[in-house]
Amino acid sequence: MGLKTPLGLEGMVNKSFPPPIVGQLFRLFSSLILTFIGLTAITFIIGRVMPADPVLAIVGDRASREVYDAMYLQMGLDKPLIQQYLIYISNVVQGDFGKSIMTARDVLDDLIRFFPATLELATIATLIGVFIGVPMGVGAAVYQGQWFDHLVRVIGLFGYSVPIFWLGMVALLIFYGWLDVLPGPGRIEVFYDGVVNPVTGIILIDSALQEEWEVFWNAVDHLILPSTILATFALAYIARMTRSFMLDQLNQEYVLTARVKGLKESSVIWGHAFRNVLVQLITIIGLTYASLLEGSVLTETIFSWPGIGQYITTSLFNADMNAVIGGTVVVGICFVGINILSDALYKLADPRARGD
Amino acid sequence: MKLIKRGVYSVLALVGLTFLCISSVAYAKTPSNTLVMAKSISDLITLDPAEVFELTGGEVICNIYDRVMMFEAEDLTKLVGGVAESYKISGNGKTVTFKIRSGQKFHSGNPVTASDVEFSLRRVVHLKKTPSFILTQFGWDKDNVDKLIKATGPMTVSVTNNSDFSAGLLLNALSAGVGSVVDKKVVMSHEKNGDMGYEWLKTNSAGSGPFSLKTWKANELVVLEANPEHRHGKPKMKRVILRHVAEPAAQRLLVEKGDVDMARNLTPDQIKGLKGKKGIVIDNNAKAGSVYMATNNTHPILGNADVRKAIRYVVDYEGMANSFLAGQYKVHQSFWPGGLWASLENNPFKQDLTKAKSLVSKAGHGKGFKIVIDTLTTAPFPEIAQSVQQSLSKIGVEAEIILSEGKTLWPKYRARKHELIIARWSPDYVDPHSNADAFAHNPDNRQEAKLTGKPAWRTSWDDKGITALTEAAARELDLVKREQMYLDLQRQFQQTAPFTFMFQSSEQLVRQDRVKGFVSGANFDLVFYRLVSK
Amino acid sequence: MPQLSTKNIFSKYRYWLTIATPQSVWHARFQRVYIAWLSFSKNPIAMTGLYIILSLLILAMFAPLITSGDGTSQELQNRLLAPSANHWLGTDELGRDIFDRIVWGSQITLYIVILVAIIVLPIGLLIGTVAGYIGGWVDTILMRVTDIFLAFPRLILALAFVAALGPGLDNAVLAIALTAWSPFARIARAETLTIRNSEHILAARVQGASTTRILLHHITPLCLSSVIVRLTLDMAGIILTAAALGFLGLGAQPPMPEWGAMISSGRQYLLDQWWVPTIPGIAILIVSMGFNLLGDGLRDVLDPRSGEG
Repeated sequence: MGLKTPLGLEGMVNKSFPPPIVGQLFRLFSSLILTFIGLTAITFIIGRVMPADPVLAIVGDRASREVYDAMYLQMGLDKPLIQQYLIYISNVVQGDFGKSIMTARDVLDDLIRFFPATLELATIATLIGVFIGVPMGVGAAVYQGQWFDHLVRVIGLFGYSVPIFWLGMVALLIFYGWLDVLPGPGRIEVFYDGVVNPVTGIILIDSALQEEWEVFWNAVDHLILPSTILATFALAYIARMTRSFMLDQLNQEYVLTARVKGLKESSVIWGHAFRNVLVQLITIIGLTYASLLEGSVLTETIFSWPGIGQYITTSLFNADMNAVIGGTVVVGICFVGINILSDALYKLADPRARGD
Repeated sequence: MKLIKRGVYSVLALVGLTFLCISSVAYAKTPSNTLVMAKSISDLITLDPAEVFELTGGEVICNIYDRVMMFEAEDLTKLVGGVAESYKISGNGKTVTFKIRSGQKFHSGNPVTASDVEFSLRRVVHLKKTPSFILTQFGWDKDNVDKLIKATGPMTVSVTNNSDFSAGLLLNALSAGVGSVVDKKVVMSHEKNGDMGYEWLKTNSAGSGPFSLKTWKANELVVLEANPEHRHGKPKMKRVILRHVAEPAAQRLLVEKGDVDMARNLTPDQIKGLKGKKGIVIDNNAKAGSVYMATNNTHPILGNADVRKAIRYVVDYEGMANSFLAGQYKVHQSFWPGGLWASLENNPFKQDLTKAKSLVSKAGHGKGFKIVIDTLTTAPFPEIAQSVQQSLSKIGVEAEIILSEGKTLWPKYRARKHELIIARWSPDYVDPHSNADAFAHNPDNRQEAKLTGKPAWRTSWDDKGITALTEAAARELDLVKREQMYLDLQRQFQQTAPFTFMFQSSEQLVRQDRVKGFVSGANFDLVFYRLVSK
Repeated sequence: MPQLSTKNIFSKYRYWLTIATPQSVWHARFQRVYIAWLSFSKNPIAMTGLYIILSLLILAMFAPLITSGDGTSQELQNRLLAPSANHWLGTDELGRDIFDRIVWGSQITLYIVILVAIIVLPIGLLIGTVAGYIGGWVDTILMRVTDIFLAFPRLILALAFVAALGPGLDNAVLAIALTAWSPFARIARAETLTIRNSEHILAARVQGASTTRILLHHITPLCLSSVIVRLTLDMAGIILTAAALGFLGLGAQPPMPEWGAMISSGRQYLLDQWWVPTIPGIAILIVSMGFNLLGDGLRDVLDPRSGEG
């Protein structure tokens, strides 16, 4: 999980920008394009200087020179780097991400298959983070300095500090190995594979639409552990931010006024203070969601989850650069997209943040 | 107020949902007509038999396709006709005429004919993928193969050997994956830009074997479905599923819980933990895989014959074989694995640090030196490398270990940039020539010759005598003489080669005791599912 | 009476440190640090963090004295032993003492953390202050680049960098640094913007100080406190990323006792010999907790404006 604190926020919120929606859209668009070019260029260069040889990834260790050379030419590796890059970009613009070595299929097809799995995992994890983290944060702010606050702090600290690949392993051992209350790794029992036709690629939705409830519940069971593990960081982060936003509000004068007027405490907290932090919270949740989309690499490795994080890492190890670039671009675009959207939302809803 | 209620309800709903899920867990164990195996299948990158060269791929196509010649699951020691019912060798030993078994059908329902066999073999030569050398070593290329491999009737195919190699070697080669017979009509119907159906066949199947491919999701699973029309009769399992589980610990949990029927990649330590568990059986199968060490002859110090010899005496063979390798590797010091025709089972080397030290001093490096050990990231290679590293330190050699994935390691090896490498090998077909050709045959040692497929070239081992001996053995028609030649070759090799063969692998399969009939032969592509029952 | 005299010395120092009229700039700085320390030391949570980091330092410094070997010597006949009097934390798959390896591993953890800090701080400060102070198109370009690095999936970028540079500890550190500098540039820029037009900067400019001098002597010191707070808070993340790289086989190479790599090689023993992968996991947890606690404490003391987050 590592370095995923609210990085985008400081910069993006501080920036001044004219409020019209057209400007926002233009900025969104130009940022996406810039990010796209930056991402592909960096990944492309990395792919070319890597010690792993993409040709060998296809022809194998024992290939003879003739076989090797033929593949080398076929992949266009004899052309200058910049030309290779331009060819790649023009193909991508036409919707062709190239072929993956590892899966022997079009990268686009792979992305369509792997991305929903990550989306499903990250969405559930974010939901867990929100539904548990927000009440925890509010409670901690209300009972500042009391045992509940300390508890939230300890949980938050744990979420920030624990190596999740380790936590995942231990959790799998306890809940699957010892207690046997949750299923093992994987997205679904293999013999359910093929029962549900992939429409959205998100098993929960597909199985519910096709009323395959056995598959649905099996998928739910398989989601609990990995999504909870993935959610630890999100939960800690959301709880912590909620607490500090709420503390800011509870120390404001209007809260005091409301209390003096004799309003019920719960209505002061939820009706007034919480309502005022909602916008900030949504921004934070957006950022968390984006970071979980990319942060699922380790969780996916531990839980044999066929998502995009696993796709990118295994491709990387196998010098399958088309797959790596394709995957990175998709994740990167989502990341930037969500960042910018939540930023825009923040500016629209909160006039103070609109600029100097 | 509304908000507080909503918040509380949402939390309650979520908690409720969680409990519901936990209570709904009722594990369906694997269905009785389906075999589910946990295996690491990340090496699987193609299922076209003209291209398959990976362990998992070899195993899968063994069950999808019948080959021209075969080792059958019932008796793995005998080479028999597969798609071919019988063969005849011409008087000069050059032409083999195969008679195709009648009544065989592809999964599509098409009959298996001579034209399919002709097409399949020619296709390998034309596509020129990595394993094509198994066939092209018989002197076939894209210009002559259409003349040399020919259907001479609806059910007869004649194959003419255009090399010095013996017909026996040819028959063995046709039992490799490249000898698989594909359905010409189906494959050609998917041809694109003259690729002979290559792009399509990579991810699909068109064979006549006991199973057909239903699904292959890379790094997720492979699903095979029984072919009721197979010439040996309908397989007992309706479906076979290879489930990708990269973590050995996860594989162990899955098999212990009964969520999979077999676990294929467990380490010796994990197997120790499983011993005596109820309902779990552990099978041992000898395999033809080797673990060896290669030094680079272009290296100023390692190129020295005495240093090479010293390294043979450094390795703690027994120490490793009796600890972390126990059960899955045994000491075997010649290039052709034990338990097969022409195997040499002598193991002349033992760890002897004094001798090693004096050999190094004799070579003028008594003060010690530094080297780099390259090896793979997967068990047991890091452990072996660390053991070698420690042993080397005792004779004053300081070694640094670099672990890499194969895709990073092989380019270094092929470019002759390694110093000491610890790697594995497994023969391409069951004939000692397969390994001899790789390790003891280097006809052109020049850098620009780029015989990168051969470890002998990669280590820059330029030994004309050994190369000649390898060629002669492959030509020899008399089986007794030929065997003797390989034994001699292996003895000489042991003393002089820049390779230290250390271990031969043995597979430990963990299965539920109700699973029976899984046949796993010595070579990686001889694994049969069709006799499995539950 | 010796005791009395030490007491005297202390009270003398305390007097010097708290006197209302500092005699020099340095005197004033010492006073500021002392006052900060007073409030820091009253915060039990921050002190816990400090103690954890101090013990890490002590472990790393005295590793040769604490351990019985260098943590890499193998005893194949003593593999996978459970924790006992001989091996406090048991032994691993090659019969190496896990306690020794954890202690030696603390040096690697410190090495990573310090090296990343040394690389990231100057880069972040330089880009941030230059962008903020000069403004205009320089600002636009620098911030665009920063944005791209912010937008890149970080773990994946680090992975890709290591894959390109080749696995190894130094390359892992470099990769982490390459992905970690961008927020510091952002912070430094924001700080610079707020102080750029303050009176003492204007005064320096009027006196003819060069841009370089203003950046180095006037702006950078003022950015330092918030950047350091952020760095301390990020340390935990850096440790976790390094461990993740080690876990994926791209960080430290064997036989180095890097904790993430120890988890990775020990994970297959989780079921039967739980201590092999569990203990390095706990070590990582404790140390990154230490940095988080310390960072929280420092923030409260040095940067009270920013509050949480």
